[in-house]
Amino acid sequence: MASATQSLRRTLEGLPGVDAVGVEARAAGLGTRSIKTTSKQWAIDLAISMVDLTTLEGADTPGKVRALSSKALRPDPTDSTCPPVAAVCVYPDMVSTVREVVGDRLHVAAVATAFPSGRAALDVKLADTQDAVEAGADEVDMVIDRGAFLRGDYTRVHDEIVAVKEACGDAHLKVILETGELQTYDNVRRASWLAMDAGADFIKTSTGKIQPAATLPVTLVMLEAVRDYRIATGRQVGVKPAGGIRTSKDAIKYLVTINETCGDDWLSPDWFRFGASSLLNDLLLQRQKMITGHYSGPDYVTLD
Amino acid sequence: MAFEYAPAPESRAIVDLKSSYGLFIDGEFVDGTGTPFKSISPASEEVLAEVSEASEADVTKAVQAARRAFEKVWGPMPGRERAKYLYRIARIIAERSRELAVLESLDNGKPIKESRDVDIPLVSQWFFYYAGWADKLGYAGRGPDPQPLGVAGQVIPWNFPLMMLAWKIAPALAAGNTVVLKPAETTPLTALLFAEICQQADLPPGVVNIVTGAGATGQALVEHPDVDKVAFTGSTAVGRQIARSVAGTDKKLTLELGGKAANIVFADAPLDQAVEGIVGGIFFNQGHVCCAGSRLLVQESVYDEVLERLKRRMGTLRLGDPLDKNTDIGAINSAEQLARIRELSDVGDAEGAERWSAPCEIPDHGFWFAPTIFTGVTQAHRIAREEIFGPVLSVLTFRTPAEAVEKANNTPYGLSAGVWTEKGSRILSMAEQLRAGVVWANTFNKFDPTSPFGGYKESGYGREGGRHGLASYLKEHA
Repeated sequence: MASATQSLRRTLEGLPGVDAVGVEARAAGLGTRSIKTTSKQWAIDLAISMVDLTTLEGADTPGKVRALSSKALRPDPTDSTCPPVAAVCVYPDMVSTVREVVGDRLHVAAVATAFPSGRAALDVKLADTQDAVEAGADEVDMVIDRGAFLRGDYTRVHDEIVAVKEACGDAHLKVILETGELQTYDNVRRASWLAMDAGADFIKTSTGKIQPAATLPVTLVMLEAVRDYRIATGRQVGVKPAGGIRTSKDAIKYLVTINETCGDDWLSPDWFRFGASSLLNDLLLQRQKMITGHYSGPDYVTLD
Repeated sequence: MAFEYAPAPESRAIVDLKSSYGLFIDGEFVDGTGTPFKSISPASEEVLAEVSEASEADVTKAVQAARRAFEKVWGPMPGRERAKYLYRIARIIAERSRELAVLESLDNGKPIKESRDVDIPLVSQWFFYYAGWADKLGYAGRGPDPQPLGVAGQVIPWNFPLMMLAWKIAPALAAGNTVVLKPAETTPLTALLFAEICQQADLPPGVVNIVTGAGATGQALVEHPDVDKVAFTGSTAVGRQIARSVAGTDKKLTLELGGKAANIVFADAPLDQAVEGIVGGIFFNQGHVCCAGSRLLVQESVYDEVLERLKRRMGTLRLGDPLDKNTDIGAINSAEQLARIRELSDVGDAEGAERWSAPCEIPDHGFWFAPTIFTGVTQAHRIAREEIFGPVLSVLTFRTPAEAVEKANNTPYGLSAGVWTEKGSRILSMAEQLRAGVVWANTFNKFDPTSPFGGYKESGYGREGGRHGLASYLKEHA
């Protein structure tokens, strides 16, 4: 057992380092791409289709969740050409409410494993996961044990992901690294690799409850990780930045980053998601502007 | 599904391009008496403007104007007053940065994102930085009251037209000298726009004079008997001629010449960032950079991985219209330079190195060369020794740090070097052993006005930038 732990540590700590200045400069460079006219239109529709429309509040009620779910199906009620989002993301107790509205037309994602802190016993986390899946979630967003990761107990983090993956059954597992707590890019790359090795279908930046949440350089490091992981193992893993992405301009920077890091294969809702709530309305406003030629205003998109 | 970027061209409308330009002498634009020549856009071969050629007589007029301004106005002026003019020029450059960037990209062929985000901001910073020195020359390390040299004759290259102008003019003026500057014959336009900025700043006539022309004009300038100081940036061959012509005179000389820099990637490097550094090191400005990282030295144990990453990254480089905001690789500056790049690349093929070029579509008009790497290169290949000055990278390998140092230093040049490793102690030991004026660690091609820049061996002598850059324009206090 001790030797397995050591070998995992060697693998993770033997990954190429990430130079912080360099990765931030690269992300900033990608952020200067100028995406206009037809490309912008295409990118906005793609971004809409990649949104995991999210509400994760203590104050969530079935009424609020039903409203959000309707919006997920028809983001722009005035325009039938507007694509639906990818999924609705809620706490496990709201999963059945979402299913009632969306049926099987959208994915339903549930945060589980004692989200957002992950501070609970493993059997509680597994029960949380099973509960979500039984209620109809086909995607589970789990959090890793950051405490274990930071003290170097990679095996514990790994085994927990394996156990949760098993509890998910057929549901897709997104593993939240909470990069705002991991802090260094080296840690982000190691945690990405660890999660992928343990069976993650997606790696996700953040819970949205910790600042900073998703950033472009962190997402770039994760995209490099999934690209390298597929080269090494043949298995493709998705990426989901979550929290802090609010404008179309930001979303397009992420799409450019995918395009120039991993390429076409990840430019699909099957392989890339935005965990967001307010982003959708900005995408819709920009979409209307592209079509009509003028800006409308906040009263021309739905509030929920 | 593929993400295509629609064209995003920066507008040319901001530039008021005249059909012809004269020389800038004694604060006025005057016609030259030589044979006018045309400046073209290397991206389209379109004629941008006709430019006067300065004859020997015109150069003499410019030097006389500079001498008068030095003796009567600029030399006697207190440093704090000179500083005001330099600050004003720096501010106007920042204010007119878009106009300058568009014109630079038009005339030179470099991508607008580089002229906009690198060249022009640095030009403005250079003037701001040296403006701050003008009243503090007693602290420049040349004694308590150092004196200017007099009239500086400055000849600059076409790769960074306005930036090289700033590197030459800002320290010269701050130190109290006046200048006659000759821009390169393929890229004279931003220097002439700079002359307009001097007028706008009310710079006293004769402090800055711009004479356009080719080699003969440059020769007339550096050989002029009333020039006190010669500063040249360009090829080693021309640098040698200048050194010969200045020998035996009282003229001070600084030369910033060619390079064949080693960019050294160790096995423990942050590989993705190293690949960015390799790409930026050789493909920035189409490789028309004297300090370009044109020799990649990769530790053998990571050779395959680095090459795979490098080729993948090169596949995303966008070559084309320099004014498109998404262009990464612009045009080669001239037909002559393109011929030189092709010739040396053909030598690489002939000597048995393996060529790989990024799959770029090459436009029908203009001068273009796809980003290219040669693998299987050894120290014995000409492409490992001669400066290509284009987007062509020679890839070599090494086994140990000692071998990396030996290969990196085994060149007649010594302008710059790069070291990529996560190990701090190795960075320091490499920097100590590399014979290069600049050693970048985990980065490349970074410039700052506070940092001196210059070469060892055939890369020239003297330093530009920082406090050291002032020394080239000041007499030591007697």
